[in-house]
Amino acid sequence: MLSCKDATRLCSDALERELSLRERLALRMHLAMCAGCTRFEDQLAVLRALSRRWSEGRVPPAAEPPPDSAGSSSPGDER
Amino acid sequence: MLLNNDAALADLRRDMLRFARLQLRDADLAEDAVQEAMAAACAQQDRFDGRAELRTWVFAILRNKLVDQLRRRGRSENFSTVLAPDFDDAAVDALFRANGHWRPENRPAAWADPEAAATQSAFWRIFEACLDHLPESLARVFMMREMLGLETAEICTELAISKGNCHVMLHRARLGLRTCLEKNWFSHGECPTC
Repeated sequence: MLSCKDATRLCSDALERELSLRERLALRMHLAMCAGCTRFEDQLAVLRALSRRWSEGRVPPAAEPPPDSAGSSSPGDER
Repeated sequence: MLLNNDAALADLRRDMLRFARLQLRDADLAEDAVQEAMAAACAQQDRFDGRAELRTWVFAILRNKLVDQLRRRGRSENFSTVLAPDFDDAAVDALFRANGHWRPENRPAAWADPEAAATQSAFWRIFEACLDHLPESLARVFMMREMLGLETAEICTELAISKGNCHVMLHRARLGLRTCLEKNWFSHGECPTC
């Protein structure tokens, strides 16, 4: 039985290489029982789509020019 | 056209700079890359056929400049020395219990409507902050792969790392980025245990 850590690794690897039959079966079995990893797999596709969109400049313009410190603010801050 | 409109040009330039800075993590190199991309765009204005959005077209030129820049740099620095300090499992291990299963607070929750999020500039500020928050080497590999669209094999060659390393780093970057986005955007107002 795969751990969630291993399953997320296979989900990520699947975007980079062809998984072996054994890996695919193990991953499918894990995902069938694990809602968290199933969401993780879906979210990788979302991350990829968002990244593409951002890199093509297809994002709404900032409401106001962000301060120069914007890039270094901690993502942990509350909005 | 847009390239002759001062206000629109300033906006475009600002967005390009932010993109380039996050990719290169070096303000001067980012400035150079944007400058080169702008110059190339102006020189090739007649090649712009109006089918793509101008912004998209200029960003495509910028991505090519960034790839060139990273290639040049890849050859001149030893990436594995940059890599070493980030190659720390602690951040990834903290997401999972000792048996490798999710800690309850880190188990991925459902993301409400990413498509709607993508239409809000506030979301993209969080996205950028989360990228910036990743360890530099992870962010570099992730962006070469997902933003600049390079294949893993090419990234390995440019950075002189093994394929296995590259896959490990992409896994970590993806875990880090999705966790950050969830904590700072997607889980707002939602019950964290749902």
